[in-house]
Amino acid sequence: MGLVSSLFEELVTILATVILAMPYVAGYVGFILATLFLWRLAKTSLTPKSDFGSLKIVTFGDESAVTSNMSASIVSILMIFLIWGSFTGSTTLPSFLHMPGAFVGDASFYYTVENQAGERDDAEVQVIVHGTGVEVALPDIELGSGFAKNDVLAVKAYRTKLLKWDENDIEARKDGARIVAINGQPIVFGTDVDVGNLKIALTQKGTLNIKPNKGIQMEPIWLPAPENVWKRLKEISTAGFKNYSLAEHLGFSLFRVVIGFFLGALVGIPLGYAMGLSDWFRGWFDPIVEFMRPVPPLALIPLVIIWAGIGEVGKTILLFLAALWIMAIASRAGVSGIRISKVHAAYSLGASRWQIMRYVIVPNSLPEIFTGARVAMGVCWGTVVAAELVAAEKGAGMMIMVASKFQQTDVVILGIILIGIIGFGIDMLMRWAERILVPWKGRG
Amino acid sequence: MSGLSIQNISMRFDLPNGGSVQALKDVTLDLKAGELLSVLGPSGCGKTTLLNIIAGFLAPTNGEILLHGNKVTGPSAERGMVFQQGALFEWMNVRENVGFGPRMKGVDTAQARKRVDQLLDIVGLQDFKEKAIYELSGGMQQRVALARCLANDPDVILMDEPLGALDALTREKMQSLVLKLWKETGKTIVLITHSVEEALLLGERLLVMAPRPGRIHKEYHLPFADLGVDADLREIKKHDDYGDKREEILEMIWNMEEEIMGRTEVAV
Repeated sequence: MGLVSSLFEELVTILATVILAMPYVAGYVGFILATLFLWRLAKTSLTPKSDFGSLKIVTFGDESAVTSNMSASIVSILMIFLIWGSFTGSTTLPSFLHMPGAFVGDASFYYTVENQAGERDDAEVQVIVHGTGVEVALPDIELGSGFAKNDVLAVKAYRTKLLKWDENDIEARKDGARIVAINGQPIVFGTDVDVGNLKIALTQKGTLNIKPNKGIQMEPIWLPAPENVWKRLKEISTAGFKNYSLAEHLGFSLFRVVIGFFLGALVGIPLGYAMGLSDWFRGWFDPIVEFMRPVPPLALIPLVIIWAGIGEVGKTILLFLAALWIMAIASRAGVSGIRISKVHAAYSLGASRWQIMRYVIVPNSLPEIFTGARVAMGVCWGTVVAAELVAAEKGAGMMIMVASKFQQTDVVILGIILIGIIGFGIDMLMRWAERILVPWKGRG
Repeated sequence: MSGLSIQNISMRFDLPNGGSVQALKDVTLDLKAGELLSVLGPSGCGKTTLLNIIAGFLAPTNGEILLHGNKVTGPSAERGMVFQQGALFEWMNVRENVGFGPRMKGVDTAQARKRVDQLLDIVGLQDFKEKAIYELSGGMQQRVALARCLANDPDVILMDEPLGALDALTREKMQSLVLKLWKETGKTIVLITHSVEEALLLGERLLVMAPRPGRIHKEYHLPFADLGVDADLREIKKHDDYGDKREEILEMIWNMEEEIMGRTEVAV
């Protein structure tokens, strides 16, 4: 019963978050539809019937009519940066594109104190809200008359601060004085009073909690502005990060992937061939391969660390295992997927077993092996980053993990972008190699 | 003894459920060198099984195949095979495909190249010899398959519905080509087809097979193949005898199919 109710609570929390996100998602979809509409309008008015595709009457459901629209991709990428900049108050964007940000500046309000005798007095509070990294000297203020004296305090944007209003007052809380109103509005514990750019709350102990408005921009330690990430990239690429240069961090990750993948392919491809060509080998390795294949390589990280430590050997073993099963299964499929008429044709053309292997089975399996290699490289890249997150001295994953511990969110974001670009680059490279080396893929 | 001799071939396949299927029963046939035989029959009559046994891909349950008096025990270059489709090597270009047989035998490169050029001339693909297989049309691919088979200079050419996947016009051109090659090279050819017209045109001898068990139902000796060499095949089809034979065989196969259908209904 406990499990069910706690799962239900989780579900409620998740659904609440989803509902909160809905307006943003709807806004984003609205943007997409709006740009689509604008693009269509521009296309029909500027270049009517520019290509043969536009001559098609039936395009809905026509798979060939749906190709990736380059303009949409460009707008989409620009939109990401626009949203990013807009929610971080980026200086590269004109300020009218910014979302309402956190309040920075001066504000004031007055509070009303009632003493034990039932007498009331007002005092003014001057609040200076300043950005992070800005030192503010508190100005001298007049204390005013009456038993409640004026206060001044500085608050960081996105933060709150308690105001012990009675520190300079003649009648303090211990004398039975208490705040009854802010700016003339009555206040009790548990409700906030809105005074423009601030929200004032009464704590249980009778002090005031000053909460400057946060707006809907992201705080830099959550999400830095794009130009700050760019600045950090320039800084890290010259000065390095945690004893190693950026090139070393990324280079080591790539090096591990290449070594691990190479070893995995070196063992996996012959293993796959053996499994495709001999029933004994197939029977021998089927249980092993079929068991190991669904085990995510990430689940092996703890064991590999226990066995081989956090050095290069452990990482190589991990990536070797990540690539091995994928390559074995791909080359097995490549061998067993051959059309029997090709083998028969080779036999009746006088080829020996060895010649059939060399000239028919191997080239026929190459497209499958290349597909496997592409998948394996992708998995290896993901695995190496995860392994470096757990423990490493250098590497892309280590970089973002260490940065997150020091709340250097700009480095984290930068690392994620670089990891994405490299992963994409690897895939592009593999596709290119595939086009050059196995042009017959899918044309048999 | 010269030529191909099919002696008492029977073939029984075991099924996974414990039963078995008699695919061929007591098939006996003698082919003289240079004869053109077409084999026709409804699906399931064992014609492809018979071809695979002659090629040496399958061992018959009973009986044996003799070529020039030697028993066939496995596939070999003396019995070349042309498949319906997809048996070309798409990782090789046209020239490499045609030259595959000589290369496997270790024939001298210059000599093999000359032979390949000669064959590409015959099948009319000289301009396409550096092209990839997947860049060719279906008809061109089958011409490559014919040339590849001929490059090995086999004694017997086995054709498993080689023109089955082609459109009607291309098919007619290819039929003329097969006749031309047969006459020019003097090869023994066994051609399997499911088209009655093709079987009549491309068979000096025509074998109609019957199913369950697969067996020879009737054999014809026909003049059309000889007439068709270097002639317009459409003229041959206007021959009175051609029309009669076509109707007769169609009727025969129709009855066999009906018998199968009837049996299935009873079984249900």
